[in-house]
Amino acid sequence: MLRILALISIIALSAFAAGDASFEATKRELNIPAIIMFFIFIMGTLALTYWAAKKTKSASDFYTAGGGITGFQNGLAIAGDYMSAAAFLGVSGLIYLKGYDGVIYAVSFLVGWPIILFFMAEKLRNLGKFTFADIAAYRLSQKEIRTLAAFGTLSVVVLYLIAQMVGAGKLIQVLFGMEYEFAVILVGVMMIIYVTFGGMLATTWVQIIKACLLLTGVSFMAIMVLYTFNFNFESLAVAATENHSDGESILSPGGFISDPISAISLGMALMLGTAGLPHVLMRFFTVGNAKEARKSVVYATGFVGYFWVIITIVGFGAIAFLNTADGAQYFTDGKLFGGNNMASIHLSHMLGGNAFLGFISAVAFATILAVVSGLTLSGASAISHDLYSNVINPNATDEQVVKISRITVIIVGIVGVILGIAFEQQNIAYMVGLAFGIAASANFPILFLSIYWRGLTTRGAFLGGLIGLITAVTLVIIGPIVWVQILGNEEALFPYKHPALFSVTVAFIAIWFFSKTDGSDRGKAEKELYRAQNIRANTGIGAAGAVDH
Amino acid sequence: MKDELVERIENNPKYEELISKRNSFSIKLGIFVLVMFYAYILTIAFNKEILATKISEGMLTTIAFPIALAILVISFITTVIYVKRANGEFEDITNEIKEDVKDLM
Repeated sequence: MLRILALISIIALSAFAAGDASFEATKRELNIPAIIMFFIFIMGTLALTYWAAKKTKSASDFYTAGGGITGFQNGLAIAGDYMSAAAFLGVSGLIYLKGYDGVIYAVSFLVGWPIILFFMAEKLRNLGKFTFADIAAYRLSQKEIRTLAAFGTLSVVVLYLIAQMVGAGKLIQVLFGMEYEFAVILVGVMMIIYVTFGGMLATTWVQIIKACLLLTGVSFMAIMVLYTFNFNFESLAVAATENHSDGESILSPGGFISDPISAISLGMALMLGTAGLPHVLMRFFTVGNAKEARKSVVYATGFVGYFWVIITIVGFGAIAFLNTADGAQYFTDGKLFGGNNMASIHLSHMLGGNAFLGFISAVAFATILAVVSGLTLSGASAISHDLYSNVINPNATDEQVVKISRITVIIVGIVGVILGIAFEQQNIAYMVGLAFGIAASANFPILFLSIYWRGLTTRGAFLGGLIGLITAVTLVIIGPIVWVQILGNEEALFPYKHPALFSVTVAFIAIWFFSKTDGSDRGKAEKELYRAQNIRANTGIGAAGAVDH
Repeated sequence: MKDELVERIENNPKYEELISKRNSFSIKLGIFVLVMFYAYILTIAFNKEILATKISEGMLTTIAFPIALAILVISFITTVIYVKRANGEFEDITNEIKEDVKDLM
């Protein structure tokens, strides 16, 4: 542990040294209070990881924090997973840039929660153990389902990870003037340490602490903004329209979500995707029983809903404050320093000076670390629990499984860093939209049908799920963002930015079709097993408590 | 799970009661939330001008803001309503079912 600390310090210091060049270019000064705040956070979270590492002994500890998390704590942790860098920096940046269009993201992100609660949360809790594949694999063939689930999980994890990495890189770049690449590497290293040593326990507690600090921090920002306008939203709206080049049109839906298909598709991705996010699903297994799982959704919805209201005020506050003569210091060449994702960070400096900037930046950084840790952990469990211990080596011991997890964490970390650097210029709220699209297409249909449809068979789930995943990934690649903006082609082969409407439909139809036409004996046996599964899903009878699986 | 246990639970009228009550409750609340959300999304998709209506004469703030706020608040309230009933009534029925089949578990 100490050696690793020393290593981080060296990387951090060399990165600062390397960052000097960009300092000159951007005329940013080293912000001492911000850096002190930042290091306090890092030290604090590392201490937490050290504590968690000592308590993490079994695989169950590693994946589910031993199942001893309460509903309230889990609600905060789920909210924490949700209030990611993309949510905080990305959505506030989107509102800063496009006004009300950013609010549509916020609303769509939340509506998934009640739906998960009514139809999924409790059944997931009753059927699952560590990962979402546990649920689908309850009555279906382990090998196919877990392999597919692992790929679905990894696709979501990697896309989501990119969004967080970009946010983190930009943040450190703005704060320290450090090179973007070094910043991303630093995040990768930190994340690997948290997860490999602390597992779910450290990840959960970092998430809980961060959720509290983030809610406090953005509340303060919103209060300061509203205070300036005598707590009158209309005055804030007036000031914002005066300072935005689009004028009054920022107060209603605009061109960002331009055509009906995109609007419906995005709405679908954000809503159904929530139910397919592997790192959020994992959180239902950290609580003791279904009752606590339900409670945690209520707390999470409350915290996240409140957060969106506050972020809306912060976003419009950023328009009202930054686009003024006083705000000119945050621009270089007419562009917001660090990109639009940094709007709320600059606003924090304007509202509370260096110390508050330090606080908000540190919180934002902790946010990123906590979310990437959760994500990486779910990626690691997909590989170690689903692929390794259930497909490759069914006789694996607990130690072997945890070891494979840790190796996976390191690999996922490195992949995240590389892709984080490649996708530097992307709006992170959009990237998250994509991750949700994949989760909605590849994970949600299998989960939903395995819980609700007796007729589901392994063949249907595997082929249908695979087709859903391939459709979603393909449509993203040939869509406007990757095909045109990243690969540099003239025109997109698929005209819509968000594929969910098409890929989710394709997945459902394919799963249905290949299950219906499956006349095999295995298929019949699987349908028969639905009765027992349904009883367990509904009552929890037969489900092991999270503590003793 | 033992076949005998499956049979016993499936034939237990309380199990039937639990499933039918909870399903109809979930579906009602679910449809309510979905209709609310898609009404909003479809308005944005097909007729976003409606949302640009000002709250009142002489104000700039549009009705899009209170509508967004209402969706957030209503989403939260429906989760509270669901959990109140699920953690009370449905949990009690579940416990009764568990009590009835205790000897087989």
